[in-house]
Amino acid sequence: MKKKNSINSSQDKLIARRGFLTRLWQGLGVFAAFEFTGLSLAFLFSGRRKHVSGKAHYIECGAVNDFKANSAIPFRSGLFYLCRLDDGGFLALSLHCTHLGCSVAWRSERNQFLCPCHASAFDLQGNVINPPATRALDLFPVIIEGKTVKVDISRKIRRKRFKKSQVTYV
Amino acid sequence: MNNGTGSTSSFIWHLHPRTLPESTLRFNHTFGLGGMALLLFVVQIFSGVLLRFVYQASPAEAYHSILLLQNEMLFGQFIRNIHYWSGSFLVMIVFLHLFRVYFSGAFYSPRQLNWLLGLLLLFLTVLSNFTGYLLPWDQRAYWATTISTGMLEYIPLLGPWLREWLIGGEEIGGQAMLNFYTLHTAIFPFLIIFVMSFHFWRVRKAGGVVVPSDLSEKENAFVPAVPNLVVRELAVALVLLAVLFMTAALFNAPLQAMANPALSPNPTKAAWYFMGLQELLLHFHPLLAASALPLAVSLGLVLLPYLNYPKQPQGIWFVSDKGRQMAWVAVLCAVIVTPLYIVANAWLPDVQNFIAVDPIVAGGVVPAIVLLLSLSGFYYGLKKRFKATLNETVQALFVLITVIFLILTITGIWFRGADMQLVWPWQIP
Ligand code: HEM
Ligand code: FES
Repeated sequence: MKKKNSINSSQDKLIARRGFLTRLWQGLGVFAAFEFTGLSLAFLFSGRRKHVSGKAHYIECGAVNDFKANSAIPFRSGLFYLCRLDDGGFLALSLHCTHLGCSVAWRSERNQFLCPCHASAFDLQGNVINPPATRALDLFPVIIEGKTVKVDISRKIRRKRFKKSQVTYV
Repeated sequence: MNNGTGSTSSFIWHLHPRTLPESTLRFNHTFGLGGMALLLFVVQIFSGVLLRFVYQASPAEAYHSILLLQNEMLFGQFIRNIHYWSGSFLVMIVFLHLFRVYFSGAFYSPRQLNWLLGLLLLFLTVLSNFTGYLLPWDQRAYWATTISTGMLEYIPLLGPWLREWLIGGEEIGGQAMLNFYTLHTAIFPFLIIFVMSFHFWRVRKAGGVVVPSDLSEKENAFVPAVPNLVVRELAVALVLLAVLFMTAALFNAPLQAMANPALSPNPTKAAWYFMGLQELLLHFHPLLAASALPLAVSLGLVLLPYLNYPKQPQGIWFVSDKGRQMAWVAVLCAVIVTPLYIVANAWLPDVQNFIAVDPIVAGGVVPAIVLLLSLSGFYYGLKKRFKATLNETVQALFVLITVIFLILTITGIWFRGADMQLVWPWQIP
């Protein structure tokens, strides 16, 4: 009886040691898996973080007087419309619909931007006048230097709706 | 017949049992859809690898490499057409396969896990097609991808991050193309092969395809798989290939003008399998249309085999005669209500013109509540009227939602013209 017990206990020890080794290997395996995953993710995300250079990139649009009130002129290379409001103020609206990103078209006969994808409509200030879009068109900053209108296309500004403070005056 | 020691036949034995019930051989038992999907996938690999010898994945060169492929290379257009049509057929066949499995009751235990694997394969197939769609870099590719990735923005919390990661920036450009190319030609094919093998193994583990549980012994006699099954498979494969090649010979894959990020064509449409979603987006707030509803439907599909069903009508079409009748009622409801809603939505003025409500309330919360109420009304009404079991009512709901989605898809493809106005198919530019 006693003898058997001691055999058992030494076997138990052996099993315990083996169990410990097995668990150690398993642990190391999981660790290695994490390492490889982490490595791949770090690689995938590193070079692709957006470069926020902070440097303005101005596009010259023309002289102030070239733009009539109540008009929207597309600048396709900069992906924006330069709008001149009733009161002579300037707004640069992104030409991408805030719904899913199609490019909106200015329809002067209706005084609206219309989106060809799901029929959202926006007014000259960029406010939504027909859903499914839920926010006003994005803005780019406008500055007026001397008599020239310039738009900074490096900075796209999201907004909920139009506010007077967004307009640039001469 | 040789006994399976040669390499060809030992491959066949991996996928097939030695003998199988004669009843499962009938074409209208499975319609051979799973096998067709496999064949089309193999066609995608072969034609895709050929395309890779010519295609150049960068915004500056992609479009020209497609032109080169089509105009200068022997059979270039034909190979592209095969890849294009086979990719579309594949999405359709996988959907049909899902319907076959569902309606023939092949998803109950022990096939629950395989239902999930099937859903995963459907998901990967659609994603494969979607990532390929961008590669020709024409207007159709560019804008369809823009609006599809735009939907991601509306997934709460994760969405914007996911989109940014997928397309590698604010707008679709060179990085997006590289991502899609790698996903399309390496990651997804690899994943599909992996999941597919698992899928086939589970079919064999379950003892083969589902067998009708109401057959007599005699009808269920076993016959050898070679030649009975293999010859039938060969016949289906050859007919499918013939249809595919005919289609590819007669109809060219579309190629519009080169992508222009400043000008979306009017109308701009998503890939056909996303047109149902696009139609939903016309009516509802994107949070509901692009996020909540797809999530709910996916969740429903995942849970489908795990509900507490009173019966397990394995291999029986549409559960029962009652189930069949209820399915027809569901079809009828969907066919009447959906077009009415679409037309009413186009002609009646928008509520938002009269009362200022938040768009998320007008286009999200209110429709969600109305939808939920009508669906539960349908469910409980039918249940009471027919004294039906859970199997039958859930099936009716499944049919209702499927047919609604089908009608939305058809509307989007054939009845939406410039400015997304309702038009007749022949008026679409
Ligand atoms: C489930 C499998 C696959 C599906 C559903 C699929 C689908 C598609 C689709 C819809 C396109 C766009 C075709 C067009 O608009 O003309 C495409 C393009 C392409 N695919 Fe695939 N594909 C699959 C597998 C593969 C594989 C395995 C490869 C290569 C290893 C590949 C390589 C390409 C290439 C190079 C293009 C660009 C050429 C072109 O657009 O014609 N594809 N694919
Ligand atoms: S992208 Fe403009 S309405 Fe949908």
